[in-house]
Order: sequence, then C-alpha cells, then structure tokens
Amino acid sequence: MNAAKVVNINAQGIYYRELNESIHQAVRNGQKEIILEQVNGQRYIADGLSGKDVKITIHGTAGNDLAAFMDGPTIEIFGNAQDGIGNTMNAGKIIVHGDAGDIVGHSMRGGKIFIQGNVGYRVGIHMKAYQDLYPVIIVGGCAQDYLGEYMAGGLIIVLGMNNNGSWPIVGDYCGTGMHGGVMYIRGEVKDFQLGKEVKIFELDSKDKKNLELYVREYAQDFSLNAEEIIKERFFKLIPYTHRPYGKLYAY
Amino acid sequence: MMEGLMSEQMYIADKDYRVPSGCGVSGIMNEAGERFSGEAIMCSIALMRERSNGLGGGFAAYGIYPDLADYYAFHLMYETDEAKRQTDEYLRAYYTIMHDEPIPTRKIKVISQSPLLWRYFLKPREDVLAKNPRLSEQDLVVQTAMYISGKIKDALVASSGKNMGIFKGVGFPEDIGEFYRLEEYRGYIWTAHGRFPTNSVAWWGGAHPFGLLDWSVVHNGEISSYGINRRYLQNFNYSCSFFTDTEVITYLFDLLIRKHELPFEIVAKILAAPLWADIERMPEEEKEFYQSLRIVYGSALLNGPFGVIVANSQTMLGLNDRLKLRPLVAARWGDFIYIASEESAIRQICPQPDRVWMPRAGEPILGRMRRNNLAKDPLSQEATAEVFEAGREEEGL
Repeated sequence: MNAAKVVNINAQGIYYRELNESIHQAVRNGQKEIILEQVNGQRYIADGLSGKDVKITIHGTAGNDLAAFMDGPTIEIFGNAQDGIGNTMNAGKIIVHGDAGDIVGHSMRGGKIFIQGNVGYRVGIHMKAYQDLYPVIIVGGCAQDYLGEYMAGGLIIVLGMNNNGSWPIVGDYCGTGMHGGVMYIRGEVKDFQLGKEVKIFELDSKDKKNLELYVREYAQDFSLNAEEIIKERFFKLIPYTHRPYGKLYAY
Repeated sequence: MMEGLMSEQMYIADKDYRVPSGCGVSGIMNEAGERFSGEAIMCSIALMRERSNGLGGGFAAYGIYPDLADYYAFHLMYETDEAKRQTDEYLRAYYTIMHDEPIPTRKIKVISQSPLLWRYFLKPREDVLAKNPRLSEQDLVVQTAMYISGKIKDALVASSGKNMGIFKGVGFPEDIGEFYRLEEYRGYIWTAHGRFPTNSVAWWGGAHPFGLLDWSVVHNGEISSYGINRRYLQNFNYSCSFFTDTEVITYLFDLLIRKHELPFEIVAKILAAPLWADIERMPEEEKEFYQSLRIVYGSALLNGPFGVIVANSQTMLGLNDRLKLRPLVAARWGDFIYIASEESAIRQICPQPDRVWMPRAGEPILGRMRRNNLAKDPLSQEATAEVFEAGREEEGL
C-alpha cells in the first residue's frame, strides 16, 4: 500500500460508525498520522485502537467514550471533550486543549490523559495500576466532586490554573472509596472535601520527583512554564487504608 | 441496541408500569422573545440519536400560536372516535371552543401509525367561572386536563397552555418533528426529548415532553422518590394518571411555582436539595433557611439520577440531580440560551457560543424572558411578578 503520510478526514455530518471505520481502516493500511476536522460529538473515536506510533489530531468537540480501551496511540484534541474519555484505556495518551466532561479516565489502566482546562464529576473513577501499567491524569484547571472515586491505583494531578480563586480546586467527596494510587493537588484542600478513606499529606522527595517528571511533560505539551507550576505548594492525598471496606464485609 | 429483545408480548406499556430511561434532552430559548423555526431544535436533538432508540420523541414549542394566544391551546391524542366524542362533549360543558382542527402532520415512512391528533383553542365559559368563584381559570384547565387524561378512555391531553404546544409520539425525535411539520412553526422556546426506555414498550402518550398548563418537562433519568412525590402531590389534588417520573416533576413545578409562588432558584433547591452535610457548614441564617426548606418540602425532593429541562411561557430551566448522575451542558450566545445533554448538540446549531459550561449538580440554569419584552407579550399580565423580580444570576463555572 502506497499510503500518503497524513490522512485528513472531514468529519462534518459523518455518522460515528463510518468515521471510526475510516480511522481503523487507515490504521490497518499502515497510516501513522490522521487528522480529523470538524468533529462534533461523534462517539467512540479510536476505541480499541492499537499502535504506539499512531497519532490522531481532532479539531472540534470530541464525543463520549473517546479512546475507550485504546492501547497505544496519541490523541490530541483542539476543542473540548465530552464525557467518559479514556474509559478503560490501556496505553497511549490523550491531550485536550480545552475542558473535558464527567468520568474522564473511568477504570483507566494505563497511559496518560492531559487536560488543559476544567473537568467534570467523577474523574479518575476506579483507576487502577498493575506492574508497569501506571495511568496518569493531569487536570490544568479544577475538578468537580468525586474526584478519584474508588481509585485503586495510578496518579491524578490537579493544577487549579486560570482559577480566580472563586472555585475550589477539587469538589467534595474527593477520593471517596479510594484504596490505592495518589493525588497531588496544587493548593489547599479542606478536610470536609475528602472521602472518609483519604488523608492529606505533605509531598516527600519521592513524590516531588514523580510530580516534576509528569508536570514537565504536561508543560511541554501545552507550552507552559513547568517551574512556574511546580513552585506552588502541592498537597498529597492518599488512602490511609488499603481495605476501606474490610471492617464492613470481612469477619 | 435492544430491538432484537423487545417484543410487545414480553413487555407491558409504561402506563401500566413506571419506566426509568436514559435519554437525550435539548432546549433553546431566545430571551428577547424572538421567534425562530423548529428546524434548529430538530437538528440539535438529531445529533444525539445514540441517546434515543426510536421508542419516543417529542418537542415543546412556545410562541407558536400568536393569533390565538388568548385561548388555552389543548393538544389531544385519541385512540378512538368515541374518545373524541366524549371529550368534545366534556369540553363544551366548560369552555367555548373558539377553534379546533386536526394537528397538521405529514406522511413519513418510519411513522406508520399514530393516534388521532387534534387541537382546540378554548375559552373558559363565564357562567362556569361565575358559579365557582374560588376556581381560577388555570385551576379549571388543570382539572380538565386531569379529567380527560384520567377518566376518558383512550383520550390524552398532551398540552394545555396558551400560545404553546407539545408534539410527541413513538419514533426518533427527528422523525416525530418531521411528522408534525415543526419546521413550519416559529417559537421563542423549544425543548426536545429523545427517549431510550429500558424496560417497557413505548406509547404515544408516554413520550416526553409532559405538559400541564404552559408547563413542559423533558427528562433524562429516573426519579426513585416517585412514590413519595406522588403521595405528596395527591394532597394537593394532582392525580398522577400517566405513572411517569416526568408527570410528577411537572406537577411539582406547577405546585411550587404557580400555587406556592416560589422563585425558580428556591424550587431548584427544594427538588435538588443540598445534602445535610453541606447545610451543616453554611452560615447560621442560610443554614436555618435550608433546614426549613428541607423540612417543609422534604416530600418534594427528587431523588435519583436526572437531568431535566422545564419550561413555561417566560422561562426555561435546566437542572441536574444533586449528585450529578446525568449530563447537562449549557451555553449562551447573544440573546440565546442553550441547554443539552451533550455539548455537540449545542454546537451543531451554534458553533461558536459566547460561553459554554457544565453546570454544577443541583445548580439551575435559567433562561428568562427579558422584562422589557414582557409588555409586548400577550401573556404578560399572567406572569407572576416575583419570579421575574430577581435579576439574572451568573451561572456557575
């Protein structure tokens, strides 16, 4: 197959099934770079797609469940993303130059989701990590309630940037049911905002190294100054028990 | 998705069994009262086709009958001619029928059968009102709608407000819109619903929006407090004959806003009340207020996941449940306010809004007819003043 280097697809008015079939077909044909123009709400883009070196650029509003079960590709969105992006994602990266909706990274198992703006409710719900699979979500703005609900592993960083202080950096019930993984929050979190299973700690040197590693990559993706971000005070949220329901159900 | 599994024999109609559903909703309002064609709302709801399954769709439209704006527009659905005969007779006893006609429809392939669809423009009879001095015109209309839908077999009132109408049926919403020729109407508020019923067959009367007087409600979700809400409403003579969540939401708005004269902002805090833990942290005065609200109106609390768009002739309101278990997105562009289950459904008809945001759980999104336009509006005298006194508040994040 004598494929062109870049495939351009105008998604305007195209039904999601047809659009996703075109994407999968292009990847099967060995295409490495796909540019989608005029996307508006098409669901399931790049779901189940494999290939570490595949890059998809989206212009418009990405629909629900983008990159569900995705295993390797990079998706860069110039616009907002709707609900459920990175659902059960395995590997790869999603970069959103805008806001994202509810349940970002639902049950995410690996890869990275970097969001420039704000996110909705229940972001990182039931994220998990295993051996070298380590999912990371970074939110540039603020997050709503139930951040990291039932979180079992991986990393969530919330930067609270472009916030005039009128909005809490994370919502209430943060980390409810959390029993693994860690969150770094750039700013103060009040005790009442936390789920019963979570406690606030200072970052230790290992945390700081980990934070810096990912913030540098994030800053590069959005052309930001990493030092400016890191110099602010961060707080660490972790569960103080690995078995929050042990007392409830085990005897 | 479920088509293969559904059969009329296996499932009972939701008039006999209450139905939770996962659906799509959309609403557009021009706050200056400028009217626009139904094409926009059809285009918006059609984009969320995946949120419906072809088992119900509908629209509410405000400002569509300017020449007959003084009369109550009743949209009726009849399964039999006998139902129409009985209804006509009942209506004549209480109203002068100023005009009546079939609701115009067009034949389209995907909608093979429909009930008899008829609209009436009604003026309450002076002698009826004189005989019952304690009965307001609006109370009479409520009684009429409840009687016809509840007591006359095979007859249902789809809507009963002035200068508005509800158009609904079994099908995908865009097909229902085409069937009712909605592109030929012009209104200043349009709301739409695409239905995805999960455990019953669909029927024309059970489609959304639900309406009473000039109220209309479209709803995505499930009200698990249905039984409590229904019993509460029965105390105020609302009989829930449709057995749907949407019906109780409509009656709660009618009770709290029309009868109890509460502002929309407070009603939102009754239906999607702050949690007790949140109230506990409020400053003393606020705390006392919210505690009282929860105590007095506890039975009006809507529990369970929902995203609703409620409208009347002056207002469009979007509201999520207090835990944000269903999606809603809002946008503003000039005089327009948009509310939809998905951002793309807004951008499809308004690609570059001035502002797009996701409202917080339990925070109402309010679109209101501007005060200076009320004078021009034929309904202005009926508008309850205090609802419009409050300035337009800045919405959340």
